[in-house]
Order: sequence, then C-alpha cells, then structure tokens
Amino acid sequence: MPKDFGIGASSKRREDVRFLTGKGRYTDDINLQGQLHGYFVRSEVAHGMLKRVATEAAAAMPGVHRVFTAADLESAGGLPCGWQITDRFGNPMHEPKHPVLAEGKVRHVGEPIAFVVADTVEQARDAAEAVEVEIEDLPPVLDMKAAVSGDGPLVHDEVPANLCFDWGFVEDNRDAVDEAIRNAPHVTTLELVNNRLVANPMEPRVAIADFDASTGDHTLYLTSQNPHLIRLLMGAFVLGIPEHKLRVVAPDVGGAFGSKIFLYNEEVACMFASIQLRRPVKWASTRSEAFVSDKHGRDHVTKIELALDDDGTFLALRTDTLANLGAYLSTIGSVTPTYLHGTLMAGNYKTPLIYVNVRTVFTNTVPVDAYRGAGRPEATYQLERVIDKAARELGIDPIELRRRNFVQPEDFPYATPVAVEYDTGDYGAVLDKLIEIADLAGFEARRKQSEANGLLRGLGVNTYIEACGIAPSNLVGQLGARAGFYDSATVRVNATGGLVVMAGTKAHGQGHETTFAQVVAEMIGIDETMIEVVQGDTAHTPMGMGSSGSRSIAVGGSAVVRATEKIINKAKKIAAHLMEAAEADVDLADGTFTVAGTDKTVAWGDVCLAAYVPHNYPLEDLEPGLEETAFYDPANFTFPAGAYACEVEIDPETGKVRIDRFAAADDFGNVINPMIVEGQVHGGIAQGIGQALLENCAYDENGQLISASYMDYAMPRASDLPMYVVDHSCQTPCTHNPLGVKGCGEAGAIGSPPAVVNAVLDALNSGGHKVDHIDMPVSPSRVWQAMQG
Amino acid sequence: MYDFQFARPTSLDEAVKALSAEDAQALGGGQTLIPTLKQRLAAPEVLVSLTGIRELRFVRRDGDTLRVGGTATHGMVAREAAAEFPGLAGMAVRIGDPAVRNRGTIGGSLANNDPSACYPAAVLAANATVVTNSREIAADEFFDGMFTTALDEGEIITEVRFPIPERANYQKFEQPASHFALVGVMVAKHADGVRVGVTGASEDGVFRWTEAEDALSGNYAPEAVDGLTVSADGMIGDLHGTPEYRAHLVKVLTKRAVAAS
Repeated sequence: MPKDFGIGASSKRREDVRFLTGKGRYTDDINLQGQLHGYFVRSEVAHGMLKRVATEAAAAMPGVHRVFTAADLESAGGLPCGWQITDRFGNPMHEPKHPVLAEGKVRHVGEPIAFVVADTVEQARDAAEAVEVEIEDLPPVLDMKAAVSGDGPLVHDEVPANLCFDWGFVEDNRDAVDEAIRNAPHVTTLELVNNRLVANPMEPRVAIADFDASTGDHTLYLTSQNPHLIRLLMGAFVLGIPEHKLRVVAPDVGGAFGSKIFLYNEEVACMFASIQLRRPVKWASTRSEAFVSDKHGRDHVTKIELALDDDGTFLALRTDTLANLGAYLSTIGSVTPTYLHGTLMAGNYKTPLIYVNVRTVFTNTVPVDAYRGAGRPEATYQLERVIDKAARELGIDPIELRRRNFVQPEDFPYATPVAVEYDTGDYGAVLDKLIEIADLAGFEARRKQSEANGLLRGLGVNTYIEACGIAPSNLVGQLGARAGFYDSATVRVNATGGLVVMAGTKAHGQGHETTFAQVVAEMIGIDETMIEVVQGDTAHTPMGMGSSGSRSIAVGGSAVVRATEKIINKAKKIAAHLMEAAEADVDLADGTFTVAGTDKTVAWGDVCLAAYVPHNYPLEDLEPGLEETAFYDPANFTFPAGAYACEVEIDPETGKVRIDRFAAADDFGNVINPMIVEGQVHGGIAQGIGQALLENCAYDENGQLISASYMDYAMPRASDLPMYVVDHSCQTPCTHNPLGVKGCGEAGAIGSPPAVVNAVLDALNSGGHKVDHIDMPVSPSRVWQAMQG
Repeated sequence: MYDFQFARPTSLDEAVKALSAEDAQALGGGQTLIPTLKQRLAAPEVLVSLTGIRELRFVRRDGDTLRVGGTATHGMVAREAAAEFPGLAGMAVRIGDPAVRNRGTIGGSLANNDPSACYPAAVLAANATVVTNSREIAADEFFDGMFTTALDEGEIITEVRFPIPERANYQKFEQPASHFALVGVMVAKHADGVRVGVTGASEDGVFRWTEAEDALSGNYAPEAVDGLTVSADGMIGDLHGTPEYRAHLVKVLTKRAVAAS
C-alpha cells in the first residue's frame, strides 16, 4: 500500500507550484536599487599573447562607469583548485594561475579579458565593442595526444608537455596488473572517446554583487549549487573578504548538472567591481556566452584492456586515459578524472587486479570539470563497452559474462582493488529485475519484426556502480581534498509546533523542500505542511558543502535526521516533565508523546509551546527553546547500482538510430519519494542518451568552438526519447547512514550511455553487418560511415 | 541588438517606399533575421516589417496553380494547401516547430535562401514562379548560391505561384541539432516531366538533380534512380555529415520521395 505522507510517499513537489506558475525567484529576477550592469570582453582566439588592451574609448562611452582589466585586479588572487592531486611519482600537480581576467596571454575562446560596467546592459555591450584588444596569435593546443608529445606549443609556459599530472591508481598495483595482462589467455583492448559536453542548464548563470560601504557587508546573489563553498573560495582565497562579511545567496536555481558548483571568473569580477564602484553590479550570461564560459564536461580518450580467462573470468583491467582539463584547473577539475573516476573502475565485478593511469592535459579550450556523474560515467562507459567487446570476441552472451563476474551478495562488504569498500548490494537481483521489466525474452521476436521492416535492431544491457557522497573527510583530506565533505542542518521548532529545516545542501531542481520535509514528518509524525525547508543562503543555513555528486539525501539528509533526533531527544525530556514520567519511558509516535504502560499523553504542539513559554518547565536542568544543529560526516561513500537495457532500431540506409525501448532497474537503497526518484532517473537517462546519440562539443583546428549554439549542439528533445520503464524495487539499504539511502541524481546519466552504444553495436553486428567500434555521439553520419567499413 | 527604426507599412507601395531608405531591411517572420540582430551580426537602419500588408497573406487555388502570398506563414501553407497540394503542405508542416511555423513566411525563407531551408527545394521541384513587386522570376532563375537570389535591393516577394504537380513529396533528413534539412529532397511529377529539388546538400545551395529527373521522367519508380550516383564533389562537409554522406542521402531521399508521392 503506497504511503500518503512521510518516507516512501510520492508527495507532490511543493516547489513545483511556484516553478510551474512563473513564481519562482531566480537570480535574474533580483534587481537591486542602483544596480549597474556588466558585460565581458572575451577572447575570440584560442591562444595568443595579449599585447594590448585599450579601454579609454570604451570608458568614455555613454553610461560607462569603469572598464576593468587584469591590471586592475592585481590585488585579487587566482581562482583556486579545491583538490591537490599527487602524481604517481609523489609530486604535487602543476597549478598554474587561473586569473579572473586574462593576464599576458589568452588561453581559450571565451576567456574574459575585460569587464565593462555601465548603467545598462546595452551600454556595457556597446562599450565592450569599443575595447581594443590586440592579440598575437600562437598555435593552439587542441589534440591531447599531440599536446603531451613534448614538442608542441605550451598552454602554460611553466607546465612541461602540458601535463598537469600523471596519476596512477593504485600505483602499487601497476606491476602486478602488467604481469597479469601479459600472461592472460585473452585480452580485449578498446580505445574510445568520451565526448566533451556542455551542461546547458535551462537557467544560464547570473551574479549580482552588492558591496555596502556603510557596513562593509558584501552580498553575492548567485546561480550556485553550493553557496557556502563559493563564500569560502571567493572570500578566503581570491578577494580576502572575511566570511562574516560575505553572504552568498542562491535563490531558486534552474538546473545546474554540476556546472554551478564552481567558482567562476564572472562572479569574482562582479564583486570586485561592486567594491570599487560602491554600487551593486549584475552580470547575466547569454546562452552564447554559456557555451564558451560554463565549464564543459567529460572529454577523455581512453585505452582499456580487459584480461580474461577462457571461461570469461575477469583477471585484470588496465586503463590509460588522457583527460582534458581545458585551459585552466577548475574548482574540482583535478579530482573529477581521478578519484571520481578511478574508484569506479571495478564496476559491479570482482576483477582482482586493476590499474588506472590518467594523464591530465591542458589545452586551449574551455576548462573541463564535473558534469552529471563526473568521472563515474567515464568509468562506466569504458568498462561496459570493453565487456561487450570481450563477450563478442569470446562468444559468450554479454549478460552471462557480466553475471559470472558479479560481486556476490555474500561478498559484502567488498573491498575493490581501487581503494573503495562497497557496503552492500545485490547485482544479480537487479539484473533479474531488469530482464523482467525490459521483456528481454521478447527481444528476438522484436528483432525479426524490425528486420522484416528493413531495419536493424540491437540490444544493449549493462550494469553500473555509482559512488555518492564523497567521504569521509579525514580520508579525502589525505588524498588532497582542500575541503571537508560533511553536511549540515539546523532544525528550528516554533512555539506552535511548526518547524524550519535550514539545510547546508542546496537543491537546484531536485525537490529537497519536499523530500527533507518528508523525512522530518516521518520522524516526528506530523504533517509535512508543518515543515519548511530553507536553503541556499549562507546567512540562514549552517556551513554545508551544497548539492553535487548525488550527496544531498545521503549526507545532507543524514544531517537532517541527526538534528531532528536531537530535537526529539530534548522534546522527550520536556514531555517527561509535563507528564511527570521518566524520560526513558516516553515514546513519540504520530505527533503524540506517550508514557509506556499508562494512558498519559501530551501532544507535539504542547511540548513545543512549553519549550518557548517555559512556565511549567525543568529550567534548572534544561535550556528553554527547541533548536538543534547537526553536522554529518559519512563513514563511507554510498554505492547505488543498477542494470539498464536499451533497444535501438537503425535505418541502414541513413544510419539513423531510434531508441525504441529503454528500461532501468536501480538499487538506490531506501527511497524517500518514489516519484522524485523516478524523475531523477528519467532526467539522467535523457542526458545519457543525449551524450550517446546527440551531444558533441567540438572545436575546429583553430580552437574555435563549432558547436557553439543550438544550431549545431544537439540537445535531446522529447521526440528523441522513448518512454522509459523504470524500477527501484530492489533495495539494499546503505549500511552506514541513518536513512539507508544511497542517492539517485546521477545514476541515469552514468548507466545509460553504454547501454545505448552497446545496443547500436549489437544492431551493427546483425543482419550480416560487422562493426567493431563506434564513438559517441552515435550520429547518423557516423553510423553510416561505420557501416561503409 | 543595435538600435534601429521600425516601420510596419500596410500596403505594398508604402513598403517599397520604406525599403528605398538607406540600409533598410525587409522583415518577414523574423525567424532568421531576429536572432541575427540579437547577435549583433546585422545593423540595419530601418527594419520594414511586411506582415502588416494584408494583401500578401493568402493561400488559394487558381486553376492548376496554387498561389501563396509572400507573407503566408508555414503554418498557413501546412493547413491551407493540404487538400490542393499535399506535397507542399507536407513540407511546410515539418519546418521548425509550431512557433516557427506561425511566424516564418515563405517570402522570408526564399529571400534568405539558406542552403538548408526547405522551401527552395519545393520551389525548384514544382517549377514555381516567384512574383515580386516589379516582375516574375522563374524558379530556375531565382536561386543563385547560398544566401543569394535574383532579388534586387528593396525588391519584395509578393507571391509564389506553384503549378500543382500530379504527384509530389518532400523528404527531409534532419540535422540533429537544428532540425534544418541535413538533406531535403522534393520530387514533383508534372505532366511534362519530373523535377527533383535538393536542399541542404550542396555548397552551391539548392539544386536540381537532373539525372534523376531524366530517369524518373522515363520511369516514375524508386528503382529508376538505382543506377545513378551523386558525386560528393561540392557537397557540404561539416560536424553533422561528410560530403559523401550527403551525396548518399540525396539518392536515398529521392527514392523515398518517389515512393511516398
């Protein structure tokens, strides 16, 4: 029987009322008294020496207040990277300065060179055209293999061979893996590209900086997933503003997918300008700017080798990846292709020996950082592709090959050779569920039908493992993290029984206002409407790390539980006093306190009133009031897992791929709101299909972005997608957090690309066709080309 | 966009006069021009909207001809030509999305002559006549390479006259991002022969595939073009397809258009 409130109920998303009726309040909806507008002069070349930036003519134009260049920003630091990687020889990574405005050199098309601040946007834009920029072109660094060859141009003069670092994981395994692969009866090798993507959230980035000279207060309104992190980075590392004088507010945020985690040049420039001009300064990205300034995602080239026994047992796995960093190290650009990627290379399988080598490369492109999945889709894609290839080579059914190598239920907790310990899971059960919901039994009949229609049908089935909520802080600190990975919540109960949850996480579309309220409603036994969730404002929430990496329910939700537990513990003391009972005998259920073995009761609201009107209250033993804060630092990652199936039909004459069926069986542990979870899976699959079939962020040989608008960057449309069949009934609750939850935000984007591409390859190996490999996006022209041999 | 003056005449004479001003630019539905202005890639002094001229907004049959006014939208053609010339209506109904179809005009599309636009293929295949405020231009004389036409400065398309073919069909293979034609082929069977208009494929813009026309005029069946090949020379190569792929699609879509007509 589905629940109608609390944990497990598909409560309607309360935030949707305002989102769907145009009442959402996004950063661009905010306009401050006396606000000025900024516009950036951006580099039109990929690589060059910045010889001259002349701003006099622009500064004299109507409405212009100031034109800032790098020379004005000497007092500001560069944008910091939040994770220092140590390379496989024990050296720290190269960290060339990431200036707010280009200094001496431009390193990618779109890099900000000057910032014009004027009364109106149009005036700022007019003046930006009058800024004279003289650049001496240098040959651009674009292809990663050429970039690391050692004899080409350098993006940063101080970084030899454009190599930020050469990372081995786990370095101690290197020789053993090499030996196992040398001696293996069968080795399947695959070289593939994980295509560069642009996040494209519906809402472009916006910043409004407001320095109040009368108080010394700095306020930044920002499209952000993590306002506390922005406050720390901007305040402590770049502009030297103490945190108590810097407030960061993220109002409603219209999608992010990782792209709004990072500290960007533009918000720093706005704050700097506001301090200088003593006026609020607003910048709103156009969609065209977003393409060349939002951090891009993915962009790996990988060679993967899987060694197998004759019976298909995985013996060893070795990968060699070049990961594109773009022109500068972004906020978490160093950890995305390393720890967030290497730790996932075991997948759902008991491969005993694994070695991951990642070389990160500077190029004259937009910086690359986390995008939905962040390292984990890259890991899953290469692993699940090479397994299918091995299955073809060995003549073993690809589903059976996977099943033979699964980590089994009795193996948990399972320590992988890539430094993580899976706490729980049942991969066979999830696969069985998938086979049922995807009706794989009917595939051959559907294939015959397609062939009768002149079409090729293919099936791709894969599993995935995900790791959510990077943790614990002391371990990740040893690995180079420069931040903690806890999260926080304050629960403030009001005198009449309603309460406010102030969360350190920050939803940007996920529906936390609904789910967090469901958790608290369940724990206390009160109506969800009595609970308000506040987030996104450093002045009103405890320090938290925000929402990214599918961490919010597993980490932030756990903090909400801990804070609510503290509230309940104190409320029980008050209730015990009111009922003249021993605290140990007091129970709370359905919003009523009872005393075991008696008919005494006191209502939740009466206890809350007593806490704030303490006339009958144990003041000598207990403070009045009912407000508690908890910080939660997880003991481990959580490990959601799943199995996905995709069926495609290909028109062999045109190469056009149509996704006919898509099914997803996920194990997210316990689920708070099934409707929201399904929505997350739907969205993730759409983005995964986008990557697999459509999205391609491409540069030409001069470093110009040729997919710089929706005329050439193909986003998935409803008509590109089938109706999905999704299931999350296989639930192995997380063993180490209080809700037993695992996180679901990225799973769809992680699990779906290999399913799509494996389905395409299955089709292209049917009907007498033979195609060994194809790279994403699997566009019609690429399919046709592959079929020509 | 940069500042500009805006005029919305209600008669053809007023429009011609307004367009005689220096750096005046005609505006149809604005589906190409407005984004261009927003990107500051064009800077007209005066923008002359033609959509206020009621007399240019019609779709009607006149004997064996379908007459479409210069500011008729794609949506109007999709609806109002459906019975008289389904091949043309079937083309119009797949241009863009409903918002684009309710704004974009036939005159705007033809005057712009985007190499990936659909209308030019239909005009060529149907052997239509483009009527302007000063003359009549045969389809074969109208298109002059990418984004170039026979139109003079300030000349306004008032009407397009389509001889209604016996059979016709348009096949569009969409570019995945823009949904413009990666390749689009219109085949029209007239009493005196078959015409094949191809858009999206060539670096010279829309063209007629005359070998296919000859073959189909002799035998109006998909197999008639089996023995023909389209050369990749001069075909567009970009992120979305090589010249060879486009050349291949021309043939595939021609056969499909014949089969569907």
